[in-house]
Amino acid sequence: MIGLNHYLIVSGLLFSIGLMGVIRRKNLLMLFFSTEIMLNAANIAFAAASYFYNDLAGQMFAFFIVAIAASEVAVGLGLLILIYKKNGTLDLDDLATMKG
Amino acid sequence: MFEQIAFYFFSAATVVLFLITAFSKNVLYAMSALAAGMVMISGFFFLLDADFLGAVQLIVYVGAVMALYAFGMMFFDATKDVKEKNAPSYLVVLLGGLSALLLVVMFAAPILGSNIEASYPPIEGISNPKSVGLVLFTKYLIPFEVAALMLLVAMIAGIILAGKKMDISLTDIEEDIAISEEEEMSLDEKDGEK
Repeated sequence: MIGLNHYLIVSGLLFSIGLMGVIRRKNLLMLFFSTEIMLNAANIAFAAASYFYNDLAGQMFAFFIVAIAASEVAVGLGLLILIYKKNGTLDLDDLATMKG
Repeated sequence: MFEQIAFYFFSAATVVLFLITAFSKNVLYAMSALAAGMVMISGFFFLLDADFLGAVQLIVYVGAVMALYAFGMMFFDATKDVKEKNAPSYLVVLLGGLSALLLVVMFAAPILGSNIEASYPPIEGISNPKSVGLVLFTKYLIPFEVAALMLLVAMIAGIILAGKKMDISLTDIEEDIAISEEEEMSLDEKDGEK
């Protein structure tokens, strides 16, 4: 029987994949993809908690996460295009222009 | 029985697809795998009786967000492989493992403290979208309006950020950068002569 723990384990796995991507990646577009993975993992956990505790609040939080993800992509892609126009590349290391 | 098969199928598919997304060198492959993974995640939502959330996931993520990424990728060169200087991998494994451990503890905490009471139980006898609407437009009306305002702000920000200098082709940009650097060099040389 599939319980809450199964869903939470899958959600934790997906979140770890996203986190590994965020830590490992150096390309800004790939970093954005990894962020989306992490947001989706959180959504699964919320929906599972909502189902197994018989509470709609979890689904509400998932809706707001979807809204936040949509606006994050809109603003983030705008910034990415600006960075690409300025530098001609999307590499994170090229953004480190301040030598301390 | 079918629920179990579906659960294991969706979990295996999402994990594999997102692994491709997180570790692929090609932007196009990564984006396609991400879109497919989003579809599989909506399968989880349908399994969990969150029909409306599943539909929203399909429309917003697979429809809007992926279209936005595909549109953004037209500005970047998607056929080239991404070249990355990667940090030593043992550090990544250590940090990722520690974070995963922390996550397990965080997820286990509410299960250990199991005296949770449902504040908004689904109403018997009506469908999921209807009960979602009833809760969303009574208890969560102000967060809903704030989210609408946030989306408006994000839309304006996206237009203003991406809309600047839209008339200049991005393929000329690298040449422009090279030319301006040359100009700076020659200016510096002139300064040196003076």
